[in-house]
Amino acid sequence: MQVNMTINGQEADEEIEPRMLLVHFIRDRLGLTGTHWGCDTSNCGTCVVLIDGEPVKSCTTLAAMVSGHDVTTVEGLEVDGVLDPVQEGFMQCHGLQCGFCTPGMMLTARALINKNPDPTDGVIREAISGQICRCTGYATIVRSIHWAADHDAAVSVGSAS
Amino acid sequence: MQVPAPFEYERATSVEHAIALRERLGEEARFIAGGHSLLPMMKLRLANPEYLIDINDLSELFHISEESGEIRIGAMTRHRDLLDSELLAEHFPIFRDAERVIADPVVRNRGTLGGSLCQADPSEDLSAVCTAVDASCVIRSTSGERVVSMSDFHVGPYETAVGDAEMLTEIRIPLKAHAGSAYEKVERRAGDWAVVSAGAAVWMDGDVIADGRVGLAAVGPNTTSIGPVSDALRGVAPSEDLYRRVGEIAAANCSPQTDQRGTAAYKSHLALELTRRSLRRAVARAQGQEA
Repeated sequence: MQVNMTINGQEADEEIEPRMLLVHFIRDRLGLTGTHWGCDTSNCGTCVVLIDGEPVKSCTTLAAMVSGHDVTTVEGLEVDGVLDPVQEGFMQCHGLQCGFCTPGMMLTARALINKNPDPTDGVIREAISGQICRCTGYATIVRSIHWAADHDAAVSVGSAS
Repeated sequence: MQVPAPFEYERATSVEHAIALRERLGEEARFIAGGHSLLPMMKLRLANPEYLIDINDLSELFHISEESGEIRIGAMTRHRDLLDSELLAEHFPIFRDAERVIADPVVRNRGTLGGSLCQADPSEDLSAVCTAVDASCVIRSTSGERVVSMSDFHVGPYETAVGDAEMLTEIRIPLKAHAGSAYEKVERRAGDWAVVSAGAAVWMDGDVIADGRVGLAAVGPNTTSIGPVSDALRGVAPSEDLYRRVGEIAAANCSPQTDQRGTAAYKSHLALELTRRSLRRAVARAQGQEA
């Protein structure tokens, strides 16, 4: 079947099998390997991408279901060489060690800050509660997201607009 | 790598279109809503539909409204919208209690009310919620609509009253005066399935409980309401003694099994204790003593 969607502002028009999961479409078909493929059971959250601005687990979504929609992956956070404040925050506050959970964490953070520019610790922890990090103990991730909220630019990528 | 077996995919453009497809394709076809129950089942080959009919574009199934003395919730309403709804929080705070502890925020962006009920997993929380608040299910086919109670809807584990050529389109909850409701869940970790959950709803008449219902999750195949619980509550003034007695009735009327989430004895204990706590909060809310 034919699917057509916008990924990071670019049109993707591909012939796929209906059973192809969004995570494999993004990684294998489009070569955007920043989206990680982890548990495959919608538990770990490293495969999170934004669909129309909302974080969604791409291992549990068919690419076919997203046809006609707007997808943002971690590659879409940086624009013209300028990092998103979320990416900057993860650098500044050591929000990652191995980095496996990072793409999902950053996209969920982006969506959170778009909705709530001044989230509390509790709100941040709730927002990322569907995502697992085995390195940081989450403290530096929460700190990174605070940093991003404090330094957020006027332009926010991936907002539902 | 877990990938579903091959199937054909079609996106429905209206409820009528979706039902016509189901009528034509029969039992080999399934509707896909959020997909967060069905796709994992398909990955594990526990479900092998030949056709998937995507109903995510059916805007008439997305609503939470008050109409004709009822709260009406479209079957495609997502967990996130149940959690955020001020209308639901005002009339049936049990939904917000439950949605706070169903899966995680990202999963709640996709999963739906109708999908959860049609999955009919005995551990699923919204079945217990809908049982407690005495919800009815609207089932549509090409020949019209029928409305069934939760106990008629839930036929057994993973089995509902919805036929091959039918669709669950809406949940209706009667609005009655002086209502209170609450949900209590024990889970091993954030976002997990319940070890045991209990939901309670009461409707007060002055100082006594005019009617009350309890729905339990994860305590055996049956998720329907417990008749003796309602019998014990009706016409009785609320008290700690009553909550304990009703908790004992709830525990005696369920059949939990020992599994990795706990022993049968522990789950029976939880059925008692969570029934007691949810009733206590439901009554407090009905009396305006707690938000």
